[in-house]
Amino acid sequence: MGVEKILFYLFAAIMLASATAVITVRNPVRAALFLVLTFFASAAIWLLLEAEFLAVALVLVYVGAVMVLFLFVVMMLDVNLARLREGFARYLPIGVLIALLMITVLVMIVGPEQFGLAKFAEPLRHDADYSNTRELGLILYTVYVYPFEIAAVILLVAIVAAIALTLRRRPYTKYQNPDEQISVKRDDRIRLVDVPTEQRK
Amino acid sequence: MALWQWLVDQYQSWQPVSGYLVHIVAITIPLFVCVAYLTLAERKIIGAMQVRMGPTRVGWKGLLQPWADMFKLMFKEIIIPSGSNKILFLIAPILSLAPAMAAWAVVPLDATTVLADVNAGLLYVLAVTSIGVYGVIIAGWASNSKYALLGALRSSAQIVSYEIAMGFALVGVLIAAGSMNLGDIIIAQAGNHGPFNWFWLPLLPLFVIYFISGVAETNRAPFDVAEGESEIVAGFHVEYSGMAFAVFFLAEYANMILISVLAAVMFLGGWLSPLQGWVSDATLATPYIGWILDDGFHWLLAKISIFLFLYLWFRATFPRYRYDQIMRLGWKVFIPITIVWIIVVGGMVLGHVGPWWDHPG
Repeated sequence: MGVEKILFYLFAAIMLASATAVITVRNPVRAALFLVLTFFASAAIWLLLEAEFLAVALVLVYVGAVMVLFLFVVMMLDVNLARLREGFARYLPIGVLIALLMITVLVMIVGPEQFGLAKFAEPLRHDADYSNTRELGLILYTVYVYPFEIAAVILLVAIVAAIALTLRRRPYTKYQNPDEQISVKRDDRIRLVDVPTEQRK
Repeated sequence: MALWQWLVDQYQSWQPVSGYLVHIVAITIPLFVCVAYLTLAERKIIGAMQVRMGPTRVGWKGLLQPWADMFKLMFKEIIIPSGSNKILFLIAPILSLAPAMAAWAVVPLDATTVLADVNAGLLYVLAVTSIGVYGVIIAGWASNSKYALLGALRSSAQIVSYEIAMGFALVGVLIAAGSMNLGDIIIAQAGNHGPFNWFWLPLLPLFVIYFISGVAETNRAPFDVAEGESEIVAGFHVEYSGMAFAVFFLAEYANMILISVLAAVMFLGGWLSPLQGWVSDATLATPYIGWILDDGFHWLLAKISIFLFLYLWFRATFPRYRYDQIMRLGWKVFIPITIVWIIVVGGMVLGHVGPWWDHPG
C-alpha cells in the first residue's frame, strides 16, 4: 500500500506542477511540452485506478499524436508574445469573474463533500487476470453500440470535412503522377514523324 | 550486527522492487551490447556487400571496434549551441532512447520469461514507441538551428504518418490473436504445421507493411530523409556531439532491434520453433538436439537477426526515397491496404479458416 500512495502523490504533484507551468510559462513550445507531461502524469494516475486501457490510450492518442501536431503548429508559428499580452488589464475583470465562476462550479461538482467513503463504497480490487480492455470492449459493443457507432460516423464526417475544407488545388501547381510515370509506354513519349524529303530545285 | 539485520530487513521489504531492478538490468545490459555490436555488424555486412573489409584494426577482425567508438565518443566534448534550450537539448537524446528500452518490458523472451505480463501489452508497445517522436522534435527545436528544425519536422512528420499504418497492421494481429498480451499472441501461433501456423501467412500484407513502416519509423535507409546528408546536412541531430550524439545513435539501433523483435513476436511466432509439430516428442526429449529443436529463446534471437539483416541489406541496396514519395507510400498505399486486409482478417477469423482459426473456441 505504501508504494502505491507514494506513487500517487508523486504523480499528482508532477501533474499539478506541470499543469500550472502550462499557463505560467512564457514560451509556447515549453507550455506544450508541460502539457505533455501533465497528460503523462494523469495517465500514470489512471493506471493506479486500474484503468489501464484509458491510461495507455491517453498516452497513445494525446501524447503520441495530438500533442505532436500541437508542437508542430506552435513551433512553426511565429508567436508574438508582446501582442498576446496586449489588453491584459482591460480583460482582467472579466477573466477573474469567469475563473471564479468556473472554480465555484467545479467545487460544487467535485468538492470534498460529494466524495468520501460515506458516499461511495471502497472500490473492489480486481484480480490479476482482470482485463480492463475486455470489459470496456464488451460494454462498448453491446450496451452502447449505437452511441459508439454514431460517434464514429460523426468523427468520420468531421475528418472528411476538415480535409475538404483545407484542400485547395491551385491550377498552376505542377505535380507528378507516379501512376502515369510508371505506366508510360514508348508510344506516349516518341512520335515518329515522316518528313518528306525536299527535292532540290 | 544490528545494522546488518536492518539491511537484510530493508532488502526483504524492497525485494519485489529490487527483483524488478535486477530483471531490468538483465534485459538492458545485453541490449546495449547488442546495439554496440549491431553497429559493427552493419559496417561488416555492408562492407561485404560492397566488397570491402569493414573495420579490421581494433581487436581480432575488428571485434573491439564498438568499444573504441564508444570510448572515443565518451571523451569528446558535448558542445551546447549558444541560444539553445539547454535542458531540453540534453533531455532530447534520452527521450529518444528510453522508449526503445521501455517497450522491452512486455516482450516475452521465452514461454515463461517476461518482465511484465501485461494484458494490454500491444497497446503499451504502441503507446511507448509513439513517445519516441518527442526526442526528435525536441532535439530539432532546442538546437536553435534551421537545419535541425527542418530535419526534425521532416522526420517527425514521417514517423507520425507511418505510425498509423503500423497501428493498423497491429490491429490485424490483434484480431487474429484475439488478445493484446504478447505472450498470448505467440501462443495463438502455436500448432502442428511448423512455420505455417504463424501469422505471417494469413497476414502477409500486414507483415510486409509492418516491417516497411518499421524501417520508416526508425528513419533508416531507404527512408532516411531525416539524415539526408545531401540536402540538410544531418537532420535533427546536426548540433549534437560527443555522448549526446552517441545516445541518438544508440536510440536508432535500439529502435531497429525493437521493431525486429516485435515483427518476430507478432508475425513469426516469437520463441516458437519453426519445426513445431514436425519433430516427434522423442526427439525433443533427447538432450542437446532436442533443446535446439524445441521452442526457446534462441529461435527468437534467430528471427530478430533475420530482420536486422534485412535492415542492413536495405541500407546497402536501396537508394533514398524522395520525400513526397515517402508520404504517398505511407498514406495512399499502406493505409488503404491495411484497412482492406483488416476486414479480410475479420472474415477469415469468423470463417474459421485453417490452420490458424479452425480450432474450437
